[in-house]
Amino acid sequence: MIVDGTAPAALPSQLPQSPPIRSRLALTIAGFGALAIASCVLAPLVGSSSISLRRALDSSIPFASNVDAQILFIARLPRVLAGALVGAALASAGVVFQALLRNPLATPFTLGVSAGASLGAMLVIILGGTLAVGPLSPVPAASLAGAGLAAAIVYALANGPRRVMSTTVLLLAGVTLNAFFSALILFVQYLADVAEVYRATRWLMGDLDVGSFTPIVAALPLIVIAGIIFARMPSALNLMGVDSDSAAARGVDVAATQRWAFFSASLATSAAVALAGPIGFIGIVVPHLVRLLVGVDHRIVLPASALFGATFLVISDMLARTLLAPVEIPVGIVTAIIGGPFFLWLLVREA
Amino acid sequence: MSYLVAHEVSYAYPRRGRAVAMPAVSEVTLAVERGSFTGLLGPNGCGKTTLLKMMAGILRPASGTVTLAGRALADMPRRVAARHVAVVPQDTHPAFDYTALEIVLMGRHPHLRPTQLEGPGDLTIAHQSLQSTGTLHLADRPFTSLSGGERQRVVIASALAQQPDVLLLDEPTASLDLGRQLEVAALLRRLSRENDVTMVMATHDLNLAASMCDTLALLRQGRLLHHGSTADVLTETAVRQLYDVEADVQFHQASGHLTVTPVRRIG
Repeated sequence: MIVDGTAPAALPSQLPQSPPIRSRLALTIAGFGALAIASCVLAPLVGSSSISLRRALDSSIPFASNVDAQILFIARLPRVLAGALVGAALASAGVVFQALLRNPLATPFTLGVSAGASLGAMLVIILGGTLAVGPLSPVPAASLAGAGLAAAIVYALANGPRRVMSTTVLLLAGVTLNAFFSALILFVQYLADVAEVYRATRWLMGDLDVGSFTPIVAALPLIVIAGIIFARMPSALNLMGVDSDSAAARGVDVAATQRWAFFSASLATSAAVALAGPIGFIGIVVPHLVRLLVGVDHRIVLPASALFGATFLVISDMLARTLLAPVEIPVGIVTAIIGGPFFLWLLVREA
Repeated sequence: MSYLVAHEVSYAYPRRGRAVAMPAVSEVTLAVERGSFTGLLGPNGCGKTTLLKMMAGILRPASGTVTLAGRALADMPRRVAARHVAVVPQDTHPAFDYTALEIVLMGRHPHLRPTQLEGPGDLTIAHQSLQSTGTLHLADRPFTSLSGGERQRVVIASALAQQPDVLLLDEPTASLDLGRQLEVAALLRRLSRENDVTMVMATHDLNLAASMCDTLALLRQGRLLHHGSTADVLTETAVRQLYDVEADVQFHQASGHLTVTPVRRIG
């Protein structure tokens, strides 16, 4: 089209038809919400031992002698809820980290938060420790402390003389911290005996078998706080994904948004890792899958990723419990083995 | 009346290590009239971009103030300032694959609350902005699939969707071929004339500046050498002072503006 000095004509009556954000958002949340609810309803009913829902919910049988109810309410339901919570936290933290770092390859673990958490957990598992903090048992407490330490180090390094964080420094500091903590983890494992190393390695593979609702109740407030902060950020993240100067010129407080994004995404990641270990792949594969389906607008990608992350992890854990039953596959292995090829297939199909 | 004014603004980028911080802009005072088209000329590294960023409120001056209609920009909430001043950078490289329409709709950000979704009114403004930059047919195309000229026009549309009184442009035609340069130039001239938008444009293209700008400001090593009407400022002496280049400056009848022909570099 030639642009000259003449005034533009009135808008044509036939405008490009992209549905407005409201209907796209409503449709996306309804779709992904239905998937998440369906997976959370289905997963507790499926397992290595088959249970009767009618019997499990029969209040005439005392709970102590109702095996079906015990399996449902003590073994499976907490596990499904933990899966939903961890999946939602990791997937949405992935979205926020990718926007903060302006890098679609970032994961919740890129900045070293999970390596810090893992080191904390390793130390307690191998050296032993009995310090329980409130509802947190020693391993999650140490893992939260490790995650907080890692986040504090990265934050201090990236917050130099300029008020706006350097994403390059953040990335390099994160990568270095990951390597450093991994070396420490290996060193601690090297000093330990075989049984302890097995427990430690098993923790690193991720496990949603939380055993009761208590650990979930402990992690929930942290994830809810992160979620409330996430909910205020998508527009600013959209603009920062274009260019941080342009974002500032459109009224975004870039330095403050970066700090809130870093804090909230680190908080969600720390809580998720403390609850279930460092379950990989969700934080990167779920946001990308969602973008392939609904586009890149963070106002849609963020809630859709949270819902789909929950679905993805609940289903993965269901498969982990049942595929080789009665043997259980660590859920972190399942997420990568199922998610990896599926993601590659989608990429190839798109290209 | 002067609308956007930089009063003795200075800025120095912090240096790493033991090096001393180098001043990028030193005590520059520049007053821009409402509805005028001002060109910002000077060699690489003379502080054009830094001055533009301070006038946009993106960078806070180390000393001095920027005022918009008499109010200090630093005292305004960012969102409020962004309703008046928009910026068109030289290049835009989004990290995600936004569509052209999504990029333009982001221009509505300062007019919406942080969690408010854009409504039909915002969509109409976005469509009008695309229309006036000749990019309406590109609305649903991914931004990264567009050519350089198309991208720059979409970015200008995004700035227009902000409905600003002032548009600050940082070498908006630098990455474009000759045809696209003239296209964007004509677009900017028309917007300045019809929408009464005050324009400040940093550029290396002296002929483009001569064809578009009412006034020129000359910057060298972070200091303002001269600010005046294009006819007064754009002289052979000025070109020598700025670029160490001997040039021939003539009035060109067919184009109706001054033209600059570089002859040789001095020294």
